[in-house]
Amino acid sequence: MTVAGDVVLQVEDLHKSFGSTEVLKGIDLSVRRGERIAILGSSGSGKSTLLRCMNVLEMPTRGRLILDGEAVGKPAAGGATRYREAELNRLRARVGMVFQQFNLFPHMTALENVMEGPLSVLGRPKAEARRTAQRHLERVGLGGKADAHPARLSGGQQQRVAIARALAMDPEVLLFDEPTSSLDPELVGEVLGVINDLSEDGRTMLLVTHELGFAYHFATRILFLHEGRILEDGPPEQVLKSPREERTRRFLDRFTAFRF
Amino acid sequence: MGYVWDFFAVARNADILLAGLGQTLLLSVCGIAVGVAIGGVLAAMRLSGRRTLSWPALAFTEFYRNTPPLVHFFWFFYGLPMAFGLTLPPFAAALAALGVQSAAFFAEVFRGGILSVETGQWEAGRALGMGRVRLMRRIILPQAARRMAAPFVERSFELVKTTTLAAALAFHETIYSAMVIVTQTYRPLEVYTVVAGLFFVVLFSASQIAEWLEARGRRAGAR
Amino acid sequence: MPTITMPELQFGEVFANIDLLLEACGLTLALWAVALAAGLSGGLLVGLARLSPRRWIAWPARGYVELFRNTPVLVQLIWFYYALPVVSGIQLPAFAAAALALSLNASAYCAEIYRGGIQSVAAGQWEAGRALGMGRLRLLRRIILPLAVRRMVPAFTNRAVELAKNTSVASIITVHELMYTARLFSSQNYIPMETFTVVAMIYFLLIYPFTLASYALERHFAAGRA
Repeated sequence: MTVAGDVVLQVEDLHKSFGSTEVLKGIDLSVRRGERIAILGSSGSGKSTLLRCMNVLEMPTRGRLILDGEAVGKPAAGGATRYREAELNRLRARVGMVFQQFNLFPHMTALENVMEGPLSVLGRPKAEARRTAQRHLERVGLGGKADAHPARLSGGQQQRVAIARALAMDPEVLLFDEPTSSLDPELVGEVLGVINDLSEDGRTMLLVTHELGFAYHFATRILFLHEGRILEDGPPEQVLKSPREERTRRFLDRFTAFRF
Repeated sequence: MGYVWDFFAVARNADILLAGLGQTLLLSVCGIAVGVAIGGVLAAMRLSGRRTLSWPALAFTEFYRNTPPLVHFFWFFYGLPMAFGLTLPPFAAALAALGVQSAAFFAEVFRGGILSVETGQWEAGRALGMGRVRLMRRIILPQAARRMAAPFVERSFELVKTTTLAAALAFHETIYSAMVIVTQTYRPLEVYTVVAGLFFVVLFSASQIAEWLEARGRRAGAR
Repeated sequence: MPTITMPELQFGEVFANIDLLLEACGLTLALWAVALAAGLSGGLLVGLARLSPRRWIAWPARGYVELFRNTPVLVQLIWFYYALPVVSGIQLPAFAAAALALSLNASAYCAEIYRGGIQSVAAGQWEAGRALGMGRLRLLRRIILPLAVRRMVPAFTNRAVELAKNTSVASIITVHELMYTARLFSSQNYIPMETFTVVAMIYFLLIYPFTLASYALERHFAAGRA
């Protein structure tokens, strides 16, 4: 099912260089409300960098972001954009992120991790933050682990808490940066299951992943990145089963040899 | 060996020695306070990401970390005031020297602790939309503080030992008091042995307590 | 209210007599070299003693290390210069007393560096060596110390820096090294500000190369591990 809502996040002519290496070479992308986009590509293709540029954890070298019709930042010399800190904070509060390494706050319990954003960024009252945090933990199946510190949780459980933490901000767009890549194989399923369950909310999500099978079922749209450019952009059926480009075919062959 | 030890010579003057020890502790506490305050500013400057702030702070810390504290005691006691036609009381000069010198070390303790927090923690905070100040206070400092604890205690002990140099400015701390007693009793062996023992008891027991607290903190942190 | 006069600095005066200060560096360097050499060799013995499974060896070694680490270096210098003669009947010259005290001090700190370095070597290395039939000493020399050395070298450079700064304290027991000469010079010429600033710079130039070396070594070893 393709949800054709209005454009919620737009990326225009995005470039990113690290030193002399250009990782992103001009990305244009319109994300519509309710879309679930899986971003595929081999390592070094720039897929994680693209995701990290979308909430400016990585500062784009050139190009701009438009969230809900409003351009973020002010144009600067050379096509770059300058961002004020307060503006970035507002953007990030509306664009959630789940990291490959979970990055839970080790000095806080699972519940406190989930409460932190609503409490200190959105300024919610403590009792309310606690209630919604508990609800989000239950949503990811960890209602019973509210008082556990991250060190006491398995990798899969930590990542589920991290998802609850991102959800608690009620973001308009939720970014997943290889959320299962640092998990033991037997823990991958529980995390993908939680992500899949989020589909029913109709929330806009972008997912960088190597799990082609999951991408096929989960995504409404698939991007294939190669050397910093979008090579394919279409529904899963088309990109995964009949890709236009030879590059994409070769990439998929490496997986399908075992998977399908 | 025919030497007859006479610790009564020390005992009779215990009040002078204890007063000196009191001054040592006072200078230590004030020194730590000044050192932590200046050190905090220096660390913030070095972490600011602006060269106009970080380079002067770097030069300052490198200079004071690589020169003997005794020079700075003399500089603040004789050098600075005389150049301006003033006099500074020994306590003030010692405190200034100690504060500035230890600040360089405290700055490194703070900076090291903050830098030891993984970049993922900064990113996770930023991804929630936290501003710099809130991120620092809620996420980074609580984690950095644990890692700073041990080096902070170590630097503080170094500072306590360094306060003895104030004796060279005729400040009545423990060693100066001991010297006064020696001139009265001619018992350097007993007096200086007792002084060494005093420092040892204070510093060793304090370090044992700090170690115990740290081990307890680690256990609590692993929970 | 004291009137504040703007300083008229006379650095020319200090630089005119810079040879006096530079000559005094000789004793500073001598004290530094003696104590460092003694610390590196004595520290190894004490460090090994602390690791001994025999309590009658390990405990006195620990006592010695704790004693010197938990008392101010000034107290140690004063004790060896003023107190030791009373019990030994021998008055050491100031330089000898300072060299002795600083050597014992450095040995205590170096012992901890050796101990930490040796303990940081994984147990597997000891087992591998033993499995080859190596004795304790050979194992230590051929396997453990070479492995431990990369952790210890930056710590030793750091210790050398602390030691260099400590040599200045010898001025208080009248060793005529750089600091002592500086005090004399400044009180004779009434230019303490200029003198102590220049002396601080001299110390900095003597010491800073060691600090830079320790940075370089740390980077080198960190890169080697990655």
